Amino acid sequence: MPQRDSFKKPMVIESTSAPLPPLIAARHVTMDYGPARVVLEGIHCDVQRGEFVALLGPSGCGKSTLLRLVAGLIPVTSGSLTVGGQDPAEARRSQKLAFVFQDPNLLPWRTVAANIALPLELSGQTRQEQSQAVDDILPLIGLMPDDARKRPRNLSGGMRMRVSLARALVTHPDLLLLDEPFAALDDVLRQQLNEELVRIWLARSWTGLFVTHNVAEAVFLAQRVIVMSSRPGRIAADVRIPFPYPRESELRADPGFARLCGDLSQQLREAAR
Amino acid sequence: MNTVVNRILQILMPPLVLFGLMLLAWQKCIDHYRIKPYLLPSPRAVCNALWTDAAMLQRAVVYTGSAALCGFVASLVLGTIIAFAFSQSRMLRSAGYPYFIFLQTVPIVAIAPLIVRWCGNGFQSVVLVAGILSLFPILTNATQGLLAIDPDLFDLFRLNNASRWQILFKLRFPSAVPSLCAGARTSSGLAVVGSIVGEFFVGQSTKHYGLGYLIEATNSNAQLDRLFAAVLTSTLFGISIFALINLVSITILSRWYDGPVEQRQ
Repeated sequence: MPQRDSFKKPMVIESTSAPLPPLIAARHVTMDYGPARVVLEGIHCDVQRGEFVALLGPSGCGKSTLLRLVAGLIPVTSGSLTVGGQDPAEARRSQKLAFVFQDPNLLPWRTVAANIALPLELSGQTRQEQSQAVDDILPLIGLMPDDARKRPRNLSGGMRMRVSLARALVTHPDLLLLDEPFAALDDVLRQQLNEELVRIWLARSWTGLFVTHNVAEAVFLAQRVIVMSSRPGRIAADVRIPFPYPRESELRADPGFARLCGDLSQQLREAAR
Repeated sequence: MNTVVNRILQILMPPLVLFGLMLLAWQKCIDHYRIKPYLLPSPRAVCNALWTDAAMLQRAVVYTGSAALCGFVASLVLGTIIAFAFSQSRMLRSAGYPYFIFLQTVPIVAIAPLIVRWCGNGFQSVVLVAGILSLFPILTNATQGLLAIDPDLFDLFRLNNASRWQILFKLRFPSAVPSLCAGARTSSGLAVVGSIVGEFFVGQSTKHYGLGYLIEATNSNAQLDRLFAAVLTSTLFGISIFALINLVSITILSRWYDGPVEQRQ
């Protein structure tokens, strides 16, 4: 098993007594659709509270499936997986978890504000609470008050993704699961949103699990990158990213960044074989 | 404003020009082959019939239109409610669906006399025939729209612990509106056809009668000019109902959705 690190961002208090239990604890997790179709095998890892971890792997390696297991959307076949000490489905019911999909998945018949407020509306909050929460989240996510009244079809791809992110963050989740959210965006926009995501992560104390197949994105965002191999999906490497936060665009020009990206690309190629 | 007029002209001109040419050819054929009026009336005779029967046709349109509208609204409400039930239970769907297919495939002219026998010689039977004919497109389209939910959107609602009712009213129903509109457009035309067919069998029970009865009566009296006038009125009426429902659905769809499916880019 590759080493797990104890790197933490500054806001996480270093423990002086007993270490805190991990937020996500996967123990020999296997997920399959029958013996012939094993998707994930022997997944064994922890994610600490407040940590930002990227799951990096080739297409079809089961990284999105792993994210759905953590979200409690599908059950594990064997092994154990807990989120905050609870079964993932239980954790989901306690509303401490949010998910950002690859597509923004906005409801076209709702305005931006109504899309963002959806999780609050479903949990029975009053209209006043909803609109207060939407007003609070808009500046954090880089949206103007005027944008709140627009409909998704009047927004650009990047703006739609911001709305999707706002909808996930509006409930103040402890754990944010992101399934290749910026994969469909152009490179410049992707980098810009990566920088903003880091800023939001530093401003709010959530734990992030970010699925991507883009090496530079994983290295830029995360404290740890878990590299997955495919067919069946296994953890091939667990790499600590040493760059301090806040991370700005200049980091991408750092020789250390390029070297780490190169190493991870090599590991990714080996994992894909 | 000018662009709207131009657009309307662009849509209307080609079929109108073709219609004019056809009328001309029709009149020429009548003159040339000396066709008897009880076989094919001349366009001029049809025009005269339209003019002289105008008041009667108007009353018939109101009668047929009311029956078609009642049948259409009933099938819209009932079809949506049944589709709601179908979307909630696979068992209910597989139990009930074959019977609606049966209703769709059985010839309406075969069951219309039965309906008249059971429900009486009156407006209610015409409404029922119109309703039966227009129910199926609404039911199938609405059921399909309620079931064809993007799996990610469904997951989004599950992740937020949405109840079954919340999923139905905040996700399934709004997602199904474009399909429901498509079904309604098909059904609106069928409701008119249904009420005309219904009137064939109901006949003139009271002093009220509709286009169906006029078609039936003028045909048996070999008054072909009046028959053509009634058929033409029915067609124009059907087109206007279709256009009206189309306009309503385009208004709904372009305001809240990405527009009707066929107009999306």
